[in-house]
Amino acid sequence: MTTVSSAEHSRRDFLYIATGAVGAVGAAAVLAPLIAQMNPDASTVAAGAPVEIDLAPIADGQIVKVFWRSKPIFIFHRTKKEIEEAQNVSVSSLPDPEPDSERVKKSHEQWLVVIGICTHLGCIPLAHQGEFDGWFCPCHGSQYDTAGRIRKGPAPKNLYLPPYAFISDTKIRIG
Amino acid sequence: MSGHSTYQPTHPALQWLEQRLPIGGLIHSSFIAYPTPRNLNYWWTFGGILSFMLGVQIITGIILTMHYTPQVDLAFKSVETIMRDVNYGWLLRYLHANGAAMFFFAVYIHMFRGMYYGSYKSPREVLWILGVILYLLMMATGFMGYVLVWGQMSFWAATVITNLFSAIPVVGDSIVTWLWGGYAVGNPTLNRFFSLHYLLPFVIAGVVVLHVWALHVVGQNNPTGVEPKSDKDTVPFTPYATVKDGFLIVCFCLLFAWFVFYIPNYLGHPDNYIPANPAVTPSEIVPEWYYLPFYAILRSIPNKLLGVIALFSSIGILAFLPWLDTSPVRSARYRPLYRQFFWLFVIAAVGLGWLGSKPPEGIYVILARVFTVYYFAFFLIVLPLLGIFEKTKPLPNSISESVLGAKA
Repeated sequence: MTTVSSAEHSRRDFLYIATGAVGAVGAAAVLAPLIAQMNPDASTVAAGAPVEIDLAPIADGQIVKVFWRSKPIFIFHRTKKEIEEAQNVSVSSLPDPEPDSERVKKSHEQWLVVIGICTHLGCIPLAHQGEFDGWFCPCHGSQYDTAGRIRKGPAPKNLYLPPYAFISDTKIRIG
Repeated sequence: MSGHSTYQPTHPALQWLEQRLPIGGLIHSSFIAYPTPRNLNYWWTFGGILSFMLGVQIITGIILTMHYTPQVDLAFKSVETIMRDVNYGWLLRYLHANGAAMFFFAVYIHMFRGMYYGSYKSPREVLWILGVILYLLMMATGFMGYVLVWGQMSFWAATVITNLFSAIPVVGDSIVTWLWGGYAVGNPTLNRFFSLHYLLPFVIAGVVVLHVWALHVVGQNNPTGVEPKSDKDTVPFTPYATVKDGFLIVCFCLLFAWFVFYIPNYLGHPDNYIPANPAVTPSEIVPEWYYLPFYAILRSIPNKLLGVIALFSSIGILAFLPWLDTSPVRSARYRPLYRQFFWLFVIAAVGLGWLGSKPPEGIYVILARVFTVYYFAFFLIVLPLLGIFEKTKPLPNSISESVLGAKA
């Protein structure tokens, strides 16, 4: 092979690097849609739009289950006794400390709206069961109180709150 | 190429792997150091293009399977969901559908290259036959994929093609019922076509491995048809063939992208956007363009059984090409008479394709019969006789002589 001057060397280097860079951009451009296609499609996203729930038919002490974004949501119309039980607990003694007031909306304390998925490994807890008048998860024995807070069992966190708001005294929009 | 590998990895981890599974050496000897004739032209890049397209079809196909439902009431809608709701679903569907067309376009060029330069001649007969097998697998895969859309054309194409087997005497009807899984094309048919459509591309990939293996054992043909005689006749596959293949893949992708982004439905039939209706046959049933030549041959024979035989033999006859062509000279470059018959054959094949899209009446039928006769005559009469009577041009002494001149 004849020797080449360093100027020609750097032109070849430049071409290699430039080709490699364009190739890398091209590869990224090819990969992006192949990966993005696995994200929820437009119809799934549309089905995840907020839902409005009418609270009027829910009786005192009744727990209703609805679905939003494929997740079960518990809507609990708490009695006075159940509200007091939730408020009178020493917050610092809880496994996941959270006062009741932070889990309900102001002047709507009788309504508890939580995501009905056990924070341990994802089963749906059973309503009106357990020692704390709340929920009992049959999978591994976690127990939640009338504010949906974990009291006993392997679950690490209180039942999560979905985003929701009162659009009137008897209607909420979840999501 | 058996014998001592020239691959000597420097990195200790690569040496460790090489002693246990010599895949590095295999890749090196097959695709990096592999001696490639130095005079290959761009017609030789279509093998690489075909491998690339197989990869594209498999990847887009597996992703489409994540969103497709193979059930008669849901299939068409699931394809529309892909087009409208799935992120980049429209892109994946158009890539896959137009990718199939590009795949066939490339395979026809690849086959015509083989016929022109005599790449099917000894010692490459098995290579050629593996290619014919690959072509048949491609046709089956493409056909079944088209059915999955479950549009009007999908359903009726499935009905027509499966009904071909009823031409077989005695057992024909049982075979058709067996293929259908019912009394007509229906859900069982759709389900099994889905399963096989997923399977066959991997069978194709396996046969491609055999095809490349067969190629590497005998070495590539080249435009002169004269085998390499020394190292001066060859260059290492990488970077020369790698870059040449890569460049043409890019150009090919430009054409592919033109279809996908600007005219994605041009090659398709609008009737396939109508959901399948078993009670109504469309006014014209036409396969995709890559099956049209054989469709024309089928229709030009007025007898049902003979038409089916003509259809299958028009593909099957390709397997006998190495023995039908009796000429000792490989490349058409040095066979002036063969060259003319070859181009007539190309015209006949393309002409048959065009005629396959026309209604089977009047002048179209006459022309289709003329071209069909030429098609078979080319293989059965012209090729055997040319070898005996043709006066060929003198071959160059070697590849490097043909490229570099006598002082090579």
